[in-house]
Amino acid sequence: QAGLGRRTFLNTLCERAVIASPDAPNPETANVADPMKFDTYEVAMEEEGTRISLTVIDTPGFGDGLDNTSCFKQLQDYIEAQFDEVLVEESRVKRNRRYRDHRIHVLVYFIAPTGHSLRELDIELIRRLGEYVNIIPVIGRADSFTVEELDAFRANVMRDIVYYKLPVYNFCWDETDSEALVENREIMDHIPFSVVTCDEVFDNEYGSVRIRRYPWGTIEIDDEAQCDFALLRYILLNSHIADLINYTEDMLYENYRTRKLEVGGYGENEEEEDDDEEEQALGAASKKQE
Amino acid sequence: MSAPANDSQDYVGFDTITQQMERKFLKRGFNFNVILVGESGMGKSTLVNSIFSSHLVDSQGRRTAQEVIRKTTEISPVTQTLEENGVRVRLTIIDTPGFGDQCNNEGCWVPVIKYIKDQHAAYLERELKPQRDRVINDTRVHACLYFLNPGSRGLRPLDVEVLKRLTEVTNVIPVIAKSDSMTVEERTAFKRRIKEELVFHRIAVYPYPSEEDCDEDRALNSSIRDLVPFAVVGSEEIIDVNGTPVRGRRHGWGVINIFDETHSDFVHLRNFMLRTHLSDLIEVTSQRHYEQFRTSQLRQIKELRAQQAAAAASGGIMGSMPQQVPPQVPAVHQPMA
Repeated sequence: QAGLGRRTFLNTLCERAVIASPDAPNPETANVADPMKFDTYEVAMEEEGTRISLTVIDTPGFGDGLDNTSCFKQLQDYIEAQFDEVLVEESRVKRNRRYRDHRIHVLVYFIAPTGHSLRELDIELIRRLGEYVNIIPVIGRADSFTVEELDAFRANVMRDIVYYKLPVYNFCWDETDSEALVENREIMDHIPFSVVTCDEVFDNEYGSVRIRRYPWGTIEIDDEAQCDFALLRYILLNSHIADLINYTEDMLYENYRTRKLEVGGYGENEEEEDDDEEEQALGAASKKQE
Repeated sequence: MSAPANDSQDYVGFDTITQQMERKFLKRGFNFNVILVGESGMGKSTLVNSIFSSHLVDSQGRRTAQEVIRKTTEISPVTQTLEENGVRVRLTIIDTPGFGDQCNNEGCWVPVIKYIKDQHAAYLERELKPQRDRVINDTRVHACLYFLNPGSRGLRPLDVEVLKRLTEVTNVIPVIAKSDSMTVEERTAFKRRIKEELVFHRIAVYPYPSEEDCDEDRALNSSIRDLVPFAVVGSEEIIDVNGTPVRGRRHGWGVINIFDETHSDFVHLRNFMLRTHLSDLIEVTSQRHYEQFRTSQLRQIKELRAQQAAAAASGGIMGSMPQQVPPQVPAVHQPMA
């Protein structure tokens, strides 16, 4: 949703201003909800010697309107479209050697720091998209929590994830590598990651630091004791890139492919029926609210 | 009676009416009803408990996984009687759990508006009774604290829809709770944005400008309007800062004292709501919102009665019509045969 720090997160992650913050928008657009868009940004980064071509897709408008039930379908369609492209490409007789894979390897989901548990929007999204993409839940604007509140909130979210059996990315999916397993278990303790990001860079005696300044203190983004941003950045750009990509290709894509090819001829009818049921359920729900 | 300062024979003594009114007021006490509107997790309950310095409401957010997600907005009023220096107030806090929490939030404001209007209607009914009570128990909503999300760039579509409707029926005070995640620059930019948008959408928040104000009032009101929306931080904990107990929040990087004016507008909000404008809030509710409601209701009743009278009158005319119809019917049938 808007206001959880997506843009700033991206800018801080890439250490440069990838997305410009929108300039003073006019008041007229306040009540017009932008329909959810997919903004793609390509960033070439160099991380400890490896060159990474990072493609980030931002979804402004998700969850911001009055009725957000169509956002899930849009996201699902988008991700499936990427899979379908690969499916088609694979089945070609003459494959394109320079084919660029646009499948989505990771979805970073920003949770609002309410202090309670997950909202309906959060649960629905993770439930629907978990089988198509690796979801890493993240607490946006985590500087509104004290240390105890953060721990309590993390516990609540984890309880919800377990209770509703939400399919978030399981870092320990590869049981064969026992060394990595220990490290991964430690990482799992930090889920959901608390993220605080900022655009400003200040120079102090240790070099340039990214900090947010309040009247009562300052928070250093890169300090691991204060927020998980550094850890998350390391995971996304360093240690777990291979894991995330492998999981997407070996498990998620293969499952999708199997489902798609198995269903085959019946596929279209079944999908239509599901859509009809969905529409009826939504219609009934909106009638009840009226 | 103690002898007044100017003990001349020209002293009449009607200035003691303030003491007389005060005595009566103390005996009767008064009602104050506040409704909290905002999504769950915005810090509504904590803020109210901080303003009144006592644990009045429990947070209604969903904490355990087994609790079911609410499907509609619920209205849950909680009444308590507080006393300070002999003055008693029957304070009712109305919480709205479930507001704005669903995927589809169309119409989530309907229960809230309905509740506010119902209170006006109940008061009107008791007022119109031939034998009415001397003092009607005032359950009308005197103030609405509307909670804005600190992260958004400005008003969200939901905010605009709800604020437009709320400002027509009650006094709305917009508030940014949990503002400890904003730096000072972000806070000022956000406030400016909100003010622009409120003006653009013609949403009138309290305090309203009035011709009766004297210069002092006007100055006070304009300084309050500058602060709107109030960026507050609430806390129910008392933490220890270098030996002194302070109501605030302890982060890993600093301690927030909610009574510190540089940290948050909490003190301003509390003074505004309780120390300077409390009676004004009650009065404006009665004079402006209630009167509007009353006028429209009475007009509706009058129109309804007029319609019924017209229907009864035209019923008499209808009696003569059937005589004309039968002669026409055979005339119509002939060509078809």
